[in-house]
Amino acid sequence: TGSSCESWDVKLLQVSTFAVDRGNFKTCDQSAFCKRQRALKPGQSPYRALLETLELSDSRLTLQLINDNNKVHLLLELYRLQGNMTRVKINELKPLRPRFEVPDVLIAEPPTEPLSVLSKDDNGVVLSLGAKNQRLIVSARPFRLDIMQGPEVLLSLNSRGLLAFEHLRLHKDTDKEEDGLWEETFKSHTDTKPNGPTSISLDFSLPGVEHVYGIPEHADDLKLKTTDGGDPYRLYNLDVFQYELYNPMALYGSIPVMLAHNTQRTMGIFWLNAAETWVDISSNTMLDFVQGSSEKPQTDVRWISESGIIDVFIMLGPKPSDVFSQYASLTGTQSFPPLASLGYHQCRWNYNDQEDVKSVDQGFDQHDIPYDFIWLDIEHADGKRYFTWDPHKFPQPKEMLQGLMDKRRKMVAIVDPHIRVDSGYKIHNEITSKDFYVKNKDGRNYEGWCWPGNSGYPDFTKPEMRAWWSSMFAYDQYEGSMENLFTWNDMNEPSVFNGPEVTMHKDALHGKWEHRDIHNIYGLYVQMATAEGQTQRSGGVERPFVLTRAFFAGSQRYGAVWTGDNAAEWDHLKISIPMCLSLGLVGVSFCGADVGGFFKNPSTELLVRWYQTGAYQPFFRAHAHLDTTRREPWLFGPENTALIREVIRQRYALLPYWYQLLYQAHKTGMPVMRPLWVDYPKDTATFTIDDEFLIGSDLLVHPVTEEGSRGVTAYLPGAGEVWYDVHTFQKHNGAQNLYIPVTLSSIPVFQRGGSIIPRKDRVRRSSACMENDPYTLYVALSPKKFAEGELYIDDGHSLNYDTKKEFIHRSLTFANNALTSSNLCPDCNFLTSSWIEKVLILGASKPSKVLLKMDGKETPVDFEFDTSMSVLTLRKPGMNAGADWTLLLQ
Amino acid sequence: LLLILGTPVEIQRPRGVPLTSKKPFYEENKPFTCLDGSRTIPFDRVNDDYCDCKDGSDEPGTAACPNGSFHCTNAGYRPMFIPSSRINDGICDCCDTTDEYNSGAKCENTCKELGLKERDVLQKMAEITKEGFLLKQQLIEEAKKGREEKQGKVTDMQENKKQLEEKVEALRTVKETAEQPEKEAKERHLKAWEEQKAAIRLEKDKAKMAEAFLELDDNADGFVSVSELQSHAELDPDADGTLTETEVQGLMGGAAQVDTSTFESVWTNIKDKYHSEVSREEEPAPVETPPEEVKEPVVDNDSEPFPEDDISEEEDEDEDDEDDYHEDDDKVRVYITQKTGASINFSDLSFDFGPDAEFTYLYSQCYELTTSEYIYRLCPFNRVSQKPKYGGSETNLGTWGSWSGPENNKYLVMKYEHGTGCWQGPNRSTTVKLTCGKETVVTSTSEPSRCEYLMEFTTPAVCQEPANMDLLPHGHEEL
Repeated sequence: TGSSCESWDVKLLQVSTFAVDRGNFKTCDQSAFCKRQRALKPGQSPYRALLETLELSDSRLTLQLINDNNKVHLLLELYRLQGNMTRVKINELKPLRPRFEVPDVLIAEPPTEPLSVLSKDDNGVVLSLGAKNQRLIVSARPFRLDIMQGPEVLLSLNSRGLLAFEHLRLHKDTDKEEDGLWEETFKSHTDTKPNGPTSISLDFSLPGVEHVYGIPEHADDLKLKTTDGGDPYRLYNLDVFQYELYNPMALYGSIPVMLAHNTQRTMGIFWLNAAETWVDISSNTMLDFVQGSSEKPQTDVRWISESGIIDVFIMLGPKPSDVFSQYASLTGTQSFPPLASLGYHQCRWNYNDQEDVKSVDQGFDQHDIPYDFIWLDIEHADGKRYFTWDPHKFPQPKEMLQGLMDKRRKMVAIVDPHIRVDSGYKIHNEITSKDFYVKNKDGRNYEGWCWPGNSGYPDFTKPEMRAWWSSMFAYDQYEGSMENLFTWNDMNEPSVFNGPEVTMHKDALHGKWEHRDIHNIYGLYVQMATAEGQTQRSGGVERPFVLTRAFFAGSQRYGAVWTGDNAAEWDHLKISIPMCLSLGLVGVSFCGADVGGFFKNPSTELLVRWYQTGAYQPFFRAHAHLDTTRREPWLFGPENTALIREVIRQRYALLPYWYQLLYQAHKTGMPVMRPLWVDYPKDTATFTIDDEFLIGSDLLVHPVTEEGSRGVTAYLPGAGEVWYDVHTFQKHNGAQNLYIPVTLSSIPVFQRGGSIIPRKDRVRRSSACMENDPYTLYVALSPKKFAEGELYIDDGHSLNYDTKKEFIHRSLTFANNALTSSNLCPDCNFLTSSWIEKVLILGASKPSKVLLKMDGKETPVDFEFDTSMSVLTLRKPGMNAGADWTLLLQ
Repeated sequence: LLLILGTPVEIQRPRGVPLTSKKPFYEENKPFTCLDGSRTIPFDRVNDDYCDCKDGSDEPGTAACPNGSFHCTNAGYRPMFIPSSRINDGICDCCDTTDEYNSGAKCENTCKELGLKERDVLQKMAEITKEGFLLKQQLIEEAKKGREEKQGKVTDMQENKKQLEEKVEALRTVKETAEQPEKEAKERHLKAWEEQKAAIRLEKDKAKMAEAFLELDDNADGFVSVSELQSHAELDPDADGTLTETEVQGLMGGAAQVDTSTFESVWTNIKDKYHSEVSREEEPAPVETPPEEVKEPVVDNDSEPFPEDDISEEEDEDEDDEDDYHEDDDKVRVYITQKTGASINFSDLSFDFGPDAEFTYLYSQCYELTTSEYIYRLCPFNRVSQKPKYGGSETNLGTWGSWSGPENNKYLVMKYEHGTGCWQGPNRSTTVKLTCGKETVVTSTSEPSRCEYLMEFTTPAVCQEPANMDLLPHGHEEL
């Protein structure tokens, strides 16, 4: 849901302009530490490395730095991490109090590799980074780090001298009374800042790099822009009412990870800090290109955070896939979702009552449109008391859930983290008695306004609190819940309608830490505890499904993310692509935008186009604001119903491929929805493309996102490769811009020559109904008559794939006129009744005979050949999908 | 090899094919031609769980074709086609269980039960329709009578009006012949004119007062109470934004409620601020310029601005507003006088009360439904409103718009529009679905979209002539 507090304020004022009220959110200038830090000039670093303090113990190097202006000592720690990464930590040597270090993001203490000193003199130290001729040079005066490979500088730290570490101090010791050091006021809110200034900053130079990506969440292009002359990109989880596009303002989630890419190398910078953070980007290329200079391009990046320490992971690639696995090794991978959650989700704020739910469910069957989940927003709960049901509208939740279960469908009900302060509410009373609420600066329970009115905010940073929250999802605690009820965590930035910038006061307390320190990770904890609760309720057997709006590095481990409260506008449809691509690059693969747009009413054309786009994005959910008119897929006339039905069916047919990609993402960290450059890293033409994308490596999608469009120009990458239109099987060469005329029914999608995609073409009313259905293999041959792909099968919902290796994972290869299925997991154990009903070979020539070789026997297979499109169809070969077999074309 | 395919059960025809209509096309052991004629295949490829025909006709009994359909006989109930994607999907769709022959779903044959239930329902419906239709005939008869009566009145009025107009014409002639203006006469005339104007104003004020009374008297008990008046925030004497009970009592001179006669004093207190709930444009200002010369002002003896039986005052006033007043004051007076009387009858006659005026009886009635939170009120051909059950002011959910049922029968749906506006949304509106019933009742309300309400309403007026009872399904259509 969610309008935010702003909508609430606005409603009171009866103002109805459509746009974010920028005045509610800080610019860098209005954020004292950002302003202070940004005022520093480059080239004047006061920091010096005290080389005599260097200590090296196997894989950990420490070294003191001194700020020559104030003589404060810092401690630098350097680690070489396994998998081609370097970790740099900087903290005060002797802080007045401990400074916050972010827990629970790294999945484990990252394993290290030995470091060795290659040389050392008065100017600095040269360290060997082990493999591949990599060195780390520590320069003493001013302090600077350079990571080199051979003669090449890959990345430098403090090369512009913008390292700035505000040490903890006592108020009385403050030299001068500067504004915003010990107190700061924004609009009507005063931040008391009892710890004074605590901010940190560091700059990075990336020689040879012109393209940087990541640091979501922003409603902006995929390729990050330079921030000179404007505000830096801001990372501060905020509930922004009616957000605007193409600007660096903060949104609901923050992942402080940036990727740098050029034709030679991909690298990543992971800045592990959960406080408010700003990222400045500058580049020398803009000017130089104009002037035709031959100077090497360079991008400079600067990170500024309000508190905590500097803890940065430098992921050195070199391939894009290496960076993904490096980041995954630190923070984990995308959770492997239940198969059903890859189906279509029908949401609205709000389905009014049980009767409404029932009639929408029936509507899908009447119009023969598949769906898996129907969603309930905040109005389902009794007075916005989450974990309860409105007794008038939803008097028999189990009956309703059973009705859905009978159709093999599921439901999601919202559970937000703001808890209604109400002594008649069990959840509130238990949190109060266990003293689990966040405290305000005076130590009393922090209270703020949100949907239920006056609300408390559970302190999700406390492990005991999270354990208790998880236990609330047990079937005997969450009354009316059943195994087909899942959860949606909204407003977990956290949203506080009457708080500064619609969120929690920074001087609120989470145990000994200020909200300032932990802000950006609050939302992660909410989803973590919710997902854990869902797993627990099944005794650790079933996979959870939890959608979150706020997120942080590591959130990928707990479920899906959506891009928040967008609007029914064409530009919002367009921006859904770069927003999800950016998230995919930094680990969050299970991403989607509200299909149709949350605010306002979409035109029919926009709605159809949005379905066509959303069906090819990982998380596929339609959602609508309370004030919009109904927009279930069948309300726009039979032609449009048919168009929407068709694209949802395309989604369902491709579920085996989506599922396999999510499994791959879960295993390796590879994004599911990818920018083209991830698979074509040397093709500079792909570097800024964000109106089309890849699903895995094998499907290229160029959604139509222009009103009244009659054609789109898609870039088909890969010199010497071919792409097949998935609807017509027409073949196109790679490395070309292809103009595609479109009608309202067109969805330009291409399958890469050289790939094999399994589909289930018997689309039924929900994914569960398709469980035992046969597969059709779409074999798209490369010009060299080769293709490969995978097939992953398991029960679709349990954790047995993990705990008992109950899955089938097969490699499918077409080479030398033979298509072979071989086992990628011989010690796995799963039986399926699905079989192979059909094989389509695109780009084939006509064989004289086709034989199925299996269990030592050869049997002929019927086939048909379409000469005009060179498509060979093998009729009903019939082998079980888990078996070993070969199909021979002769 | 794990091949789990549909194990065919021996039956007399290919699975999923209806016996009656299509069976002839599926001849055992003869090549099968797809029903669209696109190709011919060996008969063993019919229902072999692989889709050969583009139209899906070779797989009537399996889920192999994306566009196939499966026929269930449902002996005891009614036969039907389901999309073939529902075959063996683990969900029981056919009551005879034939769609789930290989899914492991445990289906029970419920056809007999469903058949009985349906026959029962149909029987009840038929009874309702029958009785409802009889009632409808009465309604039509009453409407016809009422219409004739009113038509008669209208004719009288029109006659009256015509006479008056003739009188005016005569006066005008007198005026035109008396071509010598005298100061005295002019003054006299002016005075008379002023008196005349005051009389008109008084009458109009009375009219407004009566209208206001009817409007304020929400529960139509013949009294305006404190709470009824309190819903009109614009009457707030100190304009502090809230109209307190005390303030209302002040306006009402301390009385808890007033009837029509005592309302006059209240009206004096509130008339300057009172806004009608019915949205309307401001009434045109009274014509201020006196006519240059008229010997004798016309006295409208026949004026009848508020016949007591008139309940349609609102519509009437609305219509007045749309008309321009005539320049000529004489005519204005005549016009006002006559029109007020005549148009009352015109206005309700001008509604579309159905092909046989069977909906006439709904006019000027109101029907309520109380839900857990609200009291909904439907006043057909007038308005729909909603009032919180436990205090709070009434919200207009739309005023009468039009019939908007499907093309074949527009009288199945009423549309009420332009209700109170919604924040960032449309003005409230209500769709009323009419179904045949013996009684006239609102049976349910809902709000499918924000501020778009849906109301279900039963009335005998939509009951169709009952068809032959033989239409009830027989359980023996197919075995």
